[in-house]
Amino acid sequence: MYQIDDLTKTYQQGKRVVRALKGVSLTIGDGELVAVQGPTGGGKSTLLQMLGGLDRPTSGTVKLDGTDLAGMSDAQLTAARAETIGFVFQNFNLIPTLTALENVETALVPAKVPRQTRTARALAALESVGLGDRGDHLPGELSGGQQQRVAIARALVKNPKVLLADEPTGNLDEETRDEIVDLIEGLWKEQGLTIVLVTHDSVVARRTPRRLRIAKGAVKDLTAA
Amino acid sequence: MFFTYLRRELRNRRKQTVVVAIGLAVAIALVIVVNAVSTGVRNAQAEVLESVYGVGTDITVTQASEGPGEGGGPGRFDFGEGEGEAGEDGTRNLAQDRLSTAMGSTSFDAAALESVAGLDHVSGVAATLDLQNMSFSGEMPDFEAMQEGGGPVDLRMDADGSGEGSAGGSSFEIEQFTVTGVDPDAAAVGPLTTATVADGRTLAADDENVAVLDATYATQQELAVGDKITVGGEELEIVGTVTSTTGDDVATASDVYVPLATAQTLADLADQVTDVYVQVDSAENVDAVAAAIEGELPDASVSTQSDLAEGVTGSLSTASDLIGTLGTWLSIIVLAAAFGLAILFTVSGVNRRTRELGTLKAIGWSKGRVVGQVAGESVVQGLIGGVAGLAIGALAVWAINLAGITLSGGTSGGGFMMGGPGGGGGGGAMPAGGGQGAEGGGFGAARPGGLADAASSAVDVALQAPVSLWIVLAAVGLAVLGGLVAGVVGGQRAARLRPVEALRSLA
Ligand SMILES: Nc1ncnc2c1ncn2[C@@H]1O[C@H](COP(=O)(O)OP(=O)(O)OP(=O)(O)O)[C@@H](O)[C@H]1O
Ligand SMILES: [Mg+2]
Repeated sequence: MYQIDDLTKTYQQGKRVVRALKGVSLTIGDGELVAVQGPTGGGKSTLLQMLGGLDRPTSGTVKLDGTDLAGMSDAQLTAARAETIGFVFQNFNLIPTLTALENVETALVPAKVPRQTRTARALAALESVGLGDRGDHLPGELSGGQQQRVAIARALVKNPKVLLADEPTGNLDEETRDEIVDLIEGLWKEQGLTIVLVTHDSVVARRTPRRLRIAKGAVKDLTAA
Repeated sequence: MFFTYLRRELRNRRKQTVVVAIGLAVAIALVIVVNAVSTGVRNAQAEVLESVYGVGTDITVTQASEGPGEGGGPGRFDFGEGEGEAGEDGTRNLAQDRLSTAMGSTSFDAAALESVAGLDHVSGVAATLDLQNMSFSGEMPDFEAMQEGGGPVDLRMDADGSGEGSAGGSSFEIEQFTVTGVDPDAAAVGPLTTATVADGRTLAADDENVAVLDATYATQQELAVGDKITVGGEELEIVGTVTSTTGDDVATASDVYVPLATAQTLADLADQVTDVYVQVDSAENVDAVAAAIEGELPDASVSTQSDLAEGVTGSLSTASDLIGTLGTWLSIIVLAAAFGLAILFTVSGVNRRTRELGTLKAIGWSKGRVVGQVAGESVVQGLIGGVAGLAIGALAVWAINLAGITLSGGTSGGGFMMGGPGGGGGGGAMPAGGGQGAEGGGFGAARPGGLADAASSAVDVALQAPVSLWIVLAAVGLAVLGGLVAGVVGGQRAARLRPVEALRSLA
């Protein structure tokens, strides 16, 4: 799925240059579930941004299904995010003024899915995360775990090839955390998605077949040994 | 999704939406009111001009007097020694009637009419002789006795233009009215085009020594058809009364209308006229014809409708100036403030929604879609403001029209001297010593300015402010534009937002 070659990303912070990724090379196969761990500031989020086409690498290539994201135009990147990549965030990032169902529907807006199909598919996605009866609730009326479920439904409703999650359980208590991990694991098994899961949490990481560790901009594969 | 999202956002940010909409609404309402009132004032000016110069007059030709006294201003009564009946106590009963051209205007040869009529693009001409009739009657003190007694005598005039004085053994009355000699044949142009017969008939081609009265003046003087009126010492039969077609309670240009020839004879101004009214075949030729007349008649002062509009005086001109300057600037300032407010709120809204908008980009919304969403919200805010402003503005205009504000105006051009209502009043204190030097009592009734015509010629027009369809469209368009400008500024900010903003920890 992903072919990453000599990927670097540097940030200019005032006069200081921060090298968030220092020549990372990595392959992630189709249908893999990968956990990315590491100390804070190690570069986990930066790597995920590169994988998701949210930002451009300073150098190196990030091939998604053989196409280099680094070489794409803005419009192509937007299209890739709209069709191929699903994102889940630590803070859920739901639109507060839209209901759960409408939030899920926003992911189908770029694909110009007809309204009725859109609603039906969004409802199905909500059902698959166990929130079929909460479609008309606003995010503020849902618990953290429920909000993250809505976010996962939003990421998956468009049937992406990859799901990228940046600390999806970071804001949840332990019980809810396990629920969400169970859900992600279940969806992975069901749908054969490729999932990259950034987490601080060793409990979460231990449940995934492959684990990477990023520290000081360098990747180490913990499962390869 | 666009409209659902838009509606939810605006409802969620109710306060900002209301503030922005109110700002725009106030600005729009102001634009509507200022426009409507200034149109109303312009219409009122046109009405005044019409009632003075008549409908269809494009150019008027007059000749300014070269100096005071020139042209025999009507203000002077000279009584020779021993004139009048002497009373027992040495006072004298005097009466005199004077008919002459009004202050500030001069008569000129009627041949001018022919030369103007001969010009290209002139479709109609008419000449009038505008005169002022002043009659003086009363009792004068014995000046010799007065000089011995000493002390000046105050003679005060009433606001209605007729003066009454009683001091030092004198009592007198000055009555005046305007007389216009019109050519009954040239009915299509001139002051009588806005007059319609109220009673009796209008002037006919072969009329002589008859008069038609302004209905308002006739009522005031308790004169009716069949009565007589003394003009220039001659008794004329009143054959009809006329009222103005430009509005209720609007006086016509003159108090008394007589045939031109009669006016010329009575005023002893054979073949003389004071005003030539010119109709031009089409509006674009007005300036050319005006220039041609100036070439033809170098001494004449030639005024086009737009020149005349500038000459409108009275509360009307004050209103016109006020609306023109203050109103326009006020609307520009308020409009700019409303635009600024809309921009400020939109930009701050985008800043607050950085993560939200970044998230939408991260899940595949294009730049254009995000910008469109933000701009759409502002435009709808503008639309709400525009519609609200329209309602407020229309209500305000309605209230203004209902209030029945009357503006009064006259013209300063063309030999008319008019004041607002009462403009001629108050200032009539004259030192009675004016004619002291003349042995036997030459009494110079030096006329205070503005006294002339005050009662008869100022035209009161009720302000009717119209709201036209285009101003409605323009006002709503302006509000939407305000929203659009805010949307573009806010949208630009949204466009620059990078999708990674979605990953930012809580702001
Ligand atoms: N936009 C940015 N501008 C400047 N420096 C940045 C930016 N984003 C990240 N960095 C720096 O790059 C490095 C890697 O950051 P990154 O967010 O990838 O770390 P992380 O592993 O996700 O940390 P955390 O566990 O705290 O989320 C850090 O030193 C960070 O300060
Ligand atoms: Mg991070």
